Amino acid sequence: MERPEPDRILDTSGSFCPMPIIETAKAVKEMEPNQVLLVLATDPGIVSDVPIWCKGSGNEHLGTEREGRVYRSWIRIRRREGSEG
Amino acid sequence: MKRRPKALGLISGGLDSMLSLKIVRDVLGCEVRAINFYTGFCITETQRRKGTTRADGSVKANEALVAGAELETEIELIDISDKGYLDVIANPKYGYGANANPCVDCRIDMFQRARQLLDEWGGDFVFTGEVLGQRPKSQRRDTMALIEKNAGLRGRLLRPLSARLLPPTLAEEQGLIDREKLLDISGRGRKPQIALAQELGIASYPQPAGGCCYLTDEAFARKFFDILDHRDERRLEKEEIVLLASGRHFRISPRAKLVVGRTEGENFQLERHADGRYLLAARDHNGPVALVEGEPTWEEMVLASRIVARYGQGKEEPLVTVEWKKEGGVDELRVEPFRDDASFIQLRI
Repeated sequence: MERPEPDRILDTSGSFCPMPIIETAKAVKEMEPNQVLLVLATDPGIVSDVPIWCKGSGNEHLGTEREGRVYRSWIRIRRREGSEG
Repeated sequence: MKRRPKALGLISGGLDSMLSLKIVRDVLGCEVRAINFYTGFCITETQRRKGTTRADGSVKANEALVAGAELETEIELIDISDKGYLDVIANPKYGYGANANPCVDCRIDMFQRARQLLDEWGGDFVFTGEVLGQRPKSQRRDTMALIEKNAGLRGRLLRPLSARLLPPTLAEEQGLIDREKLLDISGRGRKPQIALAQELGIASYPQPAGGCCYLTDEAFARKFFDILDHRDERRLEKEEIVLLASGRHFRISPRAKLVVGRTEGENFQLERHADGRYLLAARDHNGPVALVEGEPTWEEMVLASRIVARYGQGKEEPLVTVEWKKEGGVDELRVEPFRDDASFIQLRI
């Protein structure tokens, strides 16, 4: 299975919820529409937080997978109409 | 043409805050920026840190983010669990509620931070889901006015659900928003909010869970005050919050406290916080990890070891070896596990 090629990788390993999603939101704001962010996390909360945060923020959750203790979550940057950043 | 007002919302993720966002954005037509302050005392987040899962093994999602998904709004999570906030919690000017909850001081601190964000953003007002008379102290008319004044938000704090029972805000006076579209809900009931949710098309919202803040929890409060009462200076460290919510706590002397993990997740958190503390575990048996804070005497070390041995798989053995690790060194104590909880349960905080 081919994974999306990330434009940026954010490693939040070792930090606990809600810090990974706080860092994710910050990284997304610094990126351009259609770019892909790969978030690495060891906190299992990332599995539920990323898709839900994407739904609220208008970004696209491409998928999350687990490899050992590390979770990998891919986000495609979208901008909701009228939103800033 | 009238300009579009800019409103900064404090969103907890509960129904009231969801309704207030929907009213401000969709009924009043404001541009909304929605934020959620992470204090460190949130029960759901702490349980997630301890690895607590639902029955099906899934991890509960952050409640404010769930609300954001339902409302199709980005919720900005902002970490405020810094020294300034913890100093307010440990030394509240307006005192505590029934437990360790200094709700008035906490809200003033949060609203001061919100005011700063509002000013930086160039917004017109802050809004919340507060309902007049819903909470015994922090949502009384006089307290709400006091909080507004102390936060420097006089006239710039809108509570859409109760606004018509409160003095008009500047935005109402200036005609930026229509007071007639605001509500006059008060009290502890939820029927008006449930009807309003239906009217505004909010399909999914959390049921009230009896508070989401550890500071309102009686057992947590005992441990919170135990820490403050055994320190020369009233202060709390950020890393101590998750410890206060983890394990069984025993005050073994004025100098020393024992925390014994109850689950794998708690043991993990205790191990993470071993720096500057003794890390205890039975050497030859499975069982809990424990921490001792302070400087115990030899007798107190024996006492703590016997308690740790009691909660492990060696509890029926005549003697159990308990390791004490600190800063690279290891000591061992061979002790008889307590056979009877009554022998030490009075030490439980």
